[in-house]
This record gives sequence, C-alpha cells and structure tokens, in this order.
Amino acid sequence: MLTRLREGTPDAARDGRSDAANSDAAGTPLRIDGLRHSFGELCAIERVDLEVGAGDVVGIVGPSGCGKTTLLEIVAGLRPAEAGTISVGGRTDPTERLERCAYMPQRDLLLPWLAAVDNAALALRIAGIPRQTARERAGEHFERLGLAGFELAMPGELSGGMRQRVAFLRTLMAGRPVLLLDEPFASLDAITRAEMQSWLAAVLGPDRHTVLLVTHDVEEALYLSDRVLVLSSRPARVADRIEIARPRAADRAAAVTSPEFTALRERALRSLTEAAR
Amino acid sequence: MSTARRYLAPLAVIVILLGLWEVAAQWDWIANALNIEDFLVPAPSDIATSLWQDRSLLLSNGWVTLKEVLLGFVIAAVAGIAFAILIHLSELARRAVYPLLIGSQTIPIVILAPILVVWFGFGLTPKLVIVALICFFPITVNTLDGLRSVDPDLTKMMRALGAGRLQRLWRVEIPTALPYAFSGARVAITVSVIGAVFAEYVGSSEGLGHLINQAQAQLLTARSFAAVVVLSAMALGLFALVTLIERRVITWDSRGVTRT
Repeated sequence: MLTRLREGTPDAARDGRSDAANSDAAGTPLRIDGLRHSFGELCAIERVDLEVGAGDVVGIVGPSGCGKTTLLEIVAGLRPAEAGTISVGGRTDPTERLERCAYMPQRDLLLPWLAAVDNAALALRIAGIPRQTARERAGEHFERLGLAGFELAMPGELSGGMRQRVAFLRTLMAGRPVLLLDEPFASLDAITRAEMQSWLAAVLGPDRHTVLLVTHDVEEALYLSDRVLVLSSRPARVADRIEIARPRAADRAAAVTSPEFTALRERALRSLTEAAR
Repeated sequence: MSTARRYLAPLAVIVILLGLWEVAAQWDWIANALNIEDFLVPAPSDIATSLWQDRSLLLSNGWVTLKEVLLGFVIAAVAGIAFAILIHLSELARRAVYPLLIGSQTIPIVILAPILVVWFGFGLTPKLVIVALICFFPITVNTLDGLRSVDPDLTKMMRALGAGRLQRLWRVEIPTALPYAFSGARVAITVSVIGAVFAEYVGSSEGLGHLINQAQAQLLTARSFAAVVVLSAMALGLFALVTLIERRVITWDSRGVTRT
C-alpha cells in the first residue's frame, strides 16, 4: 500500500526523489550505530545499534522510562542525539531524516476542529494539496481501516480505537518510507488493543512497510514484528535480540497461544527481567 | 435546568430590588427619613417614563455610542490579535514590547481622556482611542496565552508531518488560541461601553455620556438613569453577540486537544 499511497504524496509530488531514497542504492531504510543520549547528567541511552531492512518490522520493548520515546524522537530528527550515527534511507542529517520518517506519537493528537478525514489528510494539506483532493485521497482508505461512514465525524465523536486508526492513517498519508510507531495502542483497553494489533498486522502484512515499533507490551512486539530488541532499564542498551519467523498466523488468538510464540514470550520476559536489574 | 427556570431566578431578584426601590422612593415617609430628594434618586417608574418620553433622544445618542464602541472594539481586536501573533512568533519582539503592553494598561484613562480631547477635538477619534486602548489589553493577553498553550506534542507531530513555522501557526496555534481570544473579547466588549461613555463625558457633543452629562446639569436625574439603563442593555446585548459569534465559530470541544 505504501507504493500506492506514495504516488500522490507530498514527497513524490514535489520531486520524486523519495523513491530513490527508498531504493537499495541509497542504503538501508534505517540504521542506528552507537546511539547515546543523556539528559544533563543523567544517561538515558547508553548504546543502541540496530538495523531495519526494507519491509521489516522491528519491535523495541523495554521497561517504562528507559528512553524508548526519546529513541524514536532522535531517529525522526526531532531531537538531537548526543553521540552516534543514525541514517534513514542513507541520510544522516536530522532534517533529511525527518522528511523520510512518519512518526506516530503515543497519543492520537487529533485536531479537535478537523473532521476525521481532514485529520487523516493533514500531511497532504501541509504539502499544499487542495482540501477536496486531500479529502478524497485520505477518504479512499477509510473503508479498509474500518472507518467507513466516519469521514465527517469530529474526533470527539470517535472511540479510542477509531481515533488511533485515524492517527495511524494520518501517519501513513505522510507517505514516508519509514514508519516510527510509539506505543500506538498503549492508551486503549486490553480488548480494543488486541483488536488493533490484529488490524495493524493485517495492514502491515501485505504492504511490507518498514517499521520501528516501540512498546512496553512484549506480546504486541512479538506479534507484530520480525525482530524484537529488548532494552535494559536506564541507561538503555540492547539486552536481547529475538528473531521471529514469518509468516504470522492470521488469527491473533491462535498466533499468540502457539508453542513457538509462548517460548519466545518467555525468553523476552526473562531478558526484560534480567535487563531491569 | 430548563431555560425558563434559568432566567427566572435572576429576573426575580431584579424585580424584587426594583420593587423595594420603587416603594422607598414613592413613600414620602421613607424618602423623608432617608433624606432623599426626587432629583437625587428617581423612582423606577420615573425612569421608565423617561425611557419612553426621551426615546428618540436616547436612541440617537445610543446609536452614536454604539458606533464608537463597535469601531473601537474592532480596531482593538484586529490590532490585539495581530500584535499577539507577532510577539508569539518572535521571542525578541516579545521581550522588547511585552513591558510596553503591560504599561499601556497602567495609563490612567481619566488623565488621558482630556488630553486626547485637546489633541483630537470633540469628534470620534478620542473615543476610538479610549475604547481601543481599554479593549486591546484583554484581547492581546488572552490571545497570547492561547497561542502559547499549544501542547508541545502537537508541535512535534506537526513537525513530523512536515509543517513549518507558519503552517503550525495557521493549522494548530490559531485554532487553539480562538477560545482564549473570545474570552478576552467578552471582557473587552463589556468594559468598552464604560470607556466610550467616559470619553464622551470628558468632551463631546453627542452620545449617551454627553446626554448623561447634560441631564445631570439640568437636574433631570431620571433621564440620566434612563441613559444608564440603555447603556447596560447595550453592554448585555454586545456580550450576548460575542458569545453567539463564539458559538458559531468554535463548533468543537475546546476543553482539551486530546482526550485519550
């Protein structure tokens, strides 16, 4: 879907260079080498190295307050790193990284004065695309995201899960090669969260998005990712790397109760407990 | 609570107070006991009579005052909002002119008004200056507060979507500031009426302030009270108008940007 989306997206519309940036010639979609970050005296991230290949979903789990959000903000170029190299599509400059990442923050942050479809189309409007065209392009995805009929609903009228889906579509509509998801479902109740995880797996599956997913929910990370990095508590470093075999089972309940999954979850939880010490 | 009951309580209080006042003013023994003369405190019925008999006088002068209020308010709203945006966008501008903004509020209008009459004469200009000066402060300060109240996470989100400084101002900061600007406007419109009347009182040939001034000189106290009634009605009407516009403009839930 990314390709389909990107045909009419700001980057592609502006100069068509985003395709080049996404190709192998421009390097791996996302690479972090020796990232280190401190807040004053307090060292938040000691050392993180990771690589996300094209179409890979990499999950990052860690105890709360271990600097997961900071990590994403640094990758997106929203916050300068203290040390280390981050390259997105071969570019290391923060501004150029920001142009290549779609960052979805923890809270949905929908603008209450815009209808759902206008919130989803925000990136297109920012890129100067006329309102009607932007609405049509964002509206095309509403049905597939389970939002049909809610195009003109105001954010206040939507449920938590729907708001999160609109926020996700808004992130997708930015048409960037790399998706950075920061605990996208943390604020939802357990049942809605499970639904949203199946939904996201279904959206990510066929379209092969390149995703860096941060979460504190081990199950969510294992279920959605191709690889999971377990971070230690502050200062954060990579405590374990877990590879998960594709393909995922379509049914979430079946997937998360399979013996392989249970074994992986046990390993992840153990690493997490050891890393927290 | 039903609409009828919501208006019933304040209405009852007003009616009771007016009734007591009427009784006190009409019964000679109370008036004598309190040493009140007709020309000092007219009875509500006298004021009502004056409202009817002097209606053309009150209307024509009220219209003059209304024009001053509306024009002065619009000038203050446009200038105040523009000023707030300017000092919001530039840290340097904020530090440079914010003390001036506060200072503008400390100028005693009582002293400024006669000077303005000397400068600009008996016409419209000194009234507009006074009204605009009074309205400018609440509108500017509230709008500025609104512009600065934007959730920092929203700013990050907008930056991540590629929004530059002016895009963030237009798409996020101004809509966030609108409810604040309106509450400033409601304060401003209420005090603007007092400003206009005071400016007229100091020096003019028309308007409700002028009418009150003349009526008092002629000991027509009921007429000056009637002018005050017209003035209060005007202020209430303008307040309701601003609230009505606010409801039309702000159709969303403005209590918080996100409710997750």
